[in-house]
Amino acid sequence: MRRKDFLYLTGMGVGAAMLQKVPAFGRNIHPEEALSSVDVAVKKRMADVALNTARAKGATYADVRLSRHLNQSLTTREQRVQNLVNTETYGMGIRVIANGCWGFAATNELDDKSIAKATELAVLIAKGNSKLMKEPVILAPQKGYGDVSWKTPIEKNGFEIPIKEKIDLLLTVNAAASKAGASFVNSSLFIINEQKYFASTDGSYIDQDIHRIYPNFTVTKVNRDLGSSETRNALSAPMGMGYEYLTPDANSKMQGPLFPLYKNRYDMLEDVAFAAAQLDEKLKAKPVEPGKWDIIIDPSQLFLTIHESVGHPTELDRVLGYEANFAGTSFLTLDKWKSKKFNFGSKIVNFEGSKVLPNALGTVGYDDEGVKCGKWDLIKDGILVNYQTIRDQAHILGLNASQGCCYADNWNAVQFQRMPNVSLMPGKTPLKPADLIKNTEKGLYMFGRNSYSIDQQRYNFQFSSQLCYEIRNGKIVGMAKGAAYQANTQEFWNSCSAICDESDFRLGGSFSDGKGQPEQVSAVSHGCSTTKFDKVNVINTGRTLG
Amino acid sequence: MAILSKEDAQALLKKVLSYSKADECEISLTGRTGGNIRYALNAVSTAGEMSTLTLSVSSTFGKKTGTATGNEFDDASLERIVRRAEELAQLAPENKEYMPLLGPQTFAEATTWNENTANLTPEKRAELVGKSLEVTKQANLVAAGFLENLVGFTAVMNSKGLFAYNKSANVIFSVTTRTQDGTGSGYAARGFTDVKDLDTYGATRIATQKALSSMAAKAIEPGKYTVILEPVAATYMLENMFRFDARQADEGRSFLSKKGGGTRLGEKLLDEKVTIYSDPFNKDLPAATWDRDGLPLEKTYWIQNGVVKNLSVSRYYAQLKGLKPVPGPSNIIMEGGEQSIEDMIKNTERGVLVSRLWYIRNVDQQSLLLTGLTRDGTYYIENGKIKFPVKNFRFNESPVIMLNNVEALGKPERSISVESYRSYMIPPIKVRDFTFSSLSDAV
Repeated sequence: MRRKDFLYLTGMGVGAAMLQKVPAFGRNIHPEEALSSVDVAVKKRMADVALNTARAKGATYADVRLSRHLNQSLTTREQRVQNLVNTETYGMGIRVIANGCWGFAATNELDDKSIAKATELAVLIAKGNSKLMKEPVILAPQKGYGDVSWKTPIEKNGFEIPIKEKIDLLLTVNAAASKAGASFVNSSLFIINEQKYFASTDGSYIDQDIHRIYPNFTVTKVNRDLGSSETRNALSAPMGMGYEYLTPDANSKMQGPLFPLYKNRYDMLEDVAFAAAQLDEKLKAKPVEPGKWDIIIDPSQLFLTIHESVGHPTELDRVLGYEANFAGTSFLTLDKWKSKKFNFGSKIVNFEGSKVLPNALGTVGYDDEGVKCGKWDLIKDGILVNYQTIRDQAHILGLNASQGCCYADNWNAVQFQRMPNVSLMPGKTPLKPADLIKNTEKGLYMFGRNSYSIDQQRYNFQFSSQLCYEIRNGKIVGMAKGAAYQANTQEFWNSCSAICDESDFRLGGSFSDGKGQPEQVSAVSHGCSTTKFDKVNVINTGRTLG
Repeated sequence: MAILSKEDAQALLKKVLSYSKADECEISLTGRTGGNIRYALNAVSTAGEMSTLTLSVSSTFGKKTGTATGNEFDDASLERIVRRAEELAQLAPENKEYMPLLGPQTFAEATTWNENTANLTPEKRAELVGKSLEVTKQANLVAAGFLENLVGFTAVMNSKGLFAYNKSANVIFSVTTRTQDGTGSGYAARGFTDVKDLDTYGATRIATQKALSSMAAKAIEPGKYTVILEPVAATYMLENMFRFDARQADEGRSFLSKKGGGTRLGEKLLDEKVTIYSDPFNKDLPAATWDRDGLPLEKTYWIQNGVVKNLSVSRYYAQLKGLKPVPGPSNIIMEGGEQSIEDMIKNTERGVLVSRLWYIRNVDQQSLLLTGLTRDGTYYIENGKIKFPVKNFRFNESPVIMLNNVEALGKPERSISVESYRSYMIPPIKVRDFTFSSLSDAV
């Protein structure tokens, strides 16, 4: 599925009525069927067929991913369920090194003969491609872990919740929005379970059970007389969690300066009531005055700016040119890293790459080439200190181990370097969003992801929000309309003047980040606290048609 | 074998339909085969082949519908898929907008199939990439590119007797060429039904010229400029407006909504030089002759001489509003004019030539304001000549406003969107007052 199609599905917006004909992710299954998983001993035996065949055919390394991908999607509009789809794909991807070159093949026929045949094909492809190779693959050393397992620490498996309960939640959300005056409302719930079994000739047999969830809504209010409409999306985040994310919990909620802010639990009904009420204010809001503003950004918006301006340019494959034809390259070239003094941001700016961040979308025990996951600094005290790597890239940075950033979105896709959770570290001294507002003379306070765009080397970006409030002399004075901030990545992060403390640290996430050709999607979270940036260029995007 | 003939597909669907116990049942069978080859840093990085065959069954009791799909084709598996769809239908709430299935329809034969593209081998794909690499090696540039041929068929049958079948073949190619020092970058993208039309050598030569001529770009002030958009740039910009949906317009949340209520149907929305239509029988951009609702597709004007001629109307919405159902666009062809890009440059006193656009996102649904950037060759024009390459710009502009400011149109050509990879027939477009809002350092 192309990125934009998927965004169309998850972002909903105006076209949700067309969703009925959106193709399913794979094979549809009965809801109860999602609850069983394949026995580990059976998976190990199948994996060994591939590993032994690879060795016998002359591969110097091989890994196997036997994975089952379950998706459930529910989409609704007002009182109506538009789509209810359960899908599954199950199969095996085999990657080998032969003659110093990678080869890959995949099969969904999982008898011994078919597995051996696919493995032979992978070796054959490796040998064939080795003729076009410039230099042999250098893999960072990796010890075998033996038989190990990891599971997203969920409390409730979303697939075990009766469909009726999920439909009822969404239709109740819609009813609340309509009651509060919304002209239209769409809501959705996506639940994902990846059952991944990895085995390699290094001696690892890794069984993982990975869960993700994404609730969202869009409420719309139309003013026909003015010929205008406004929308507000949910301030939820897609999470690496089970259905417990949708159980409201007062201990996981913060009272923000304007409305509640959610951490690891989300109250969809409460949020939609606020959303519907905010639409009237959005329709009446005064257009933003273009120019330089101090901007205070809530994690529900800032996560996306981190994703685009920090996450993507620190991907080593982009830096090296492997993504030049589609996603682009990166301004964070190796010479900037080697200099040890490239001033990415102000001194308080610290970014961490992490595959172990609790409740995050990109969090797993082991990556898709059997590397145990951890965390590391990308930007330290404002200086670029590291990138994101996988096993065949580690040597380029002089590292003797991969950072565990390898991922494939399906068994039939070859794994490659994908973004870990990249987070802005919270401030070290006590600081709350209310303090930031109090200390701001002329500012804007933004919540929620909206429009986003960045160039192919990640210099120039433009972002807008779901909600934007104007601050004058330390006080919020009302909503502003049409505000989008436009900046250069390095200048923006150098204008970072204050970061709230750890008590405000929250996650946002991209559920379907696209990369590669053919395109693969991945899910990744970004944590941060509310952050202030000084004198950022803000434009007014308001235009009217004749 | 993922590509079934019409007869084989019909026989299989008949068998599946015989298992149905639902009030209504619709079955579709989709097969895809294809191969791809990807290269970067002047060497092949990955290559692959895929083949899938999927059966999808939608069963309905009253107004309760469930859908199940599968990829196993023994009799027991086929029956299991039908039972699953029926079980899911019983679990689903009633869909008030469910429309009874259509009976038998007559569809014209499509011209979307091509044997040459269907039979493209891995060796031939590698050879086509080899020709591209030949150019960049000679020019001492760094190339990254992607070539993919996708071949497929879809067959639909329902319990009311409707049967439809279509098969298609497409090939797409794109290449980015960069100078060794990273100060120049060029791009070319092509899409065809017949791979014989694909000239990877020629396309890469154009990308190479763009890379070399875009080095040492100068910064000029952002602002409103007369802009010439090459087809690949115009395609990506306009792709965002090719949804002409009546219901969304009626609901007041579209660029086709009318102030005070209703739609802009019948009104002049764009410059009179603008005509946009769909035509499954276009020889350069053939499309299927039926849509997924089972409605026959015909040549349909969406915009004619700037006037909104038709809006797409779903069967449900048509019944609700007493309208005729109008299927959405199957392909998009925008009519053009006679000017070449060279002519357009010659007639420009002061302007900017844009080769490609990048990362376009919607900023406002009502005005269809879009933001994005230029990329891979942006040039300043003065007194009818290209003067020098310029640094890339971020733009904030609406295609609706843009198509009100048309100065000239060139000859339409088949071009692909650099994000969705869908093909369109779009001319080069010259417009005045295109809004660039800031500069980018990206090359």
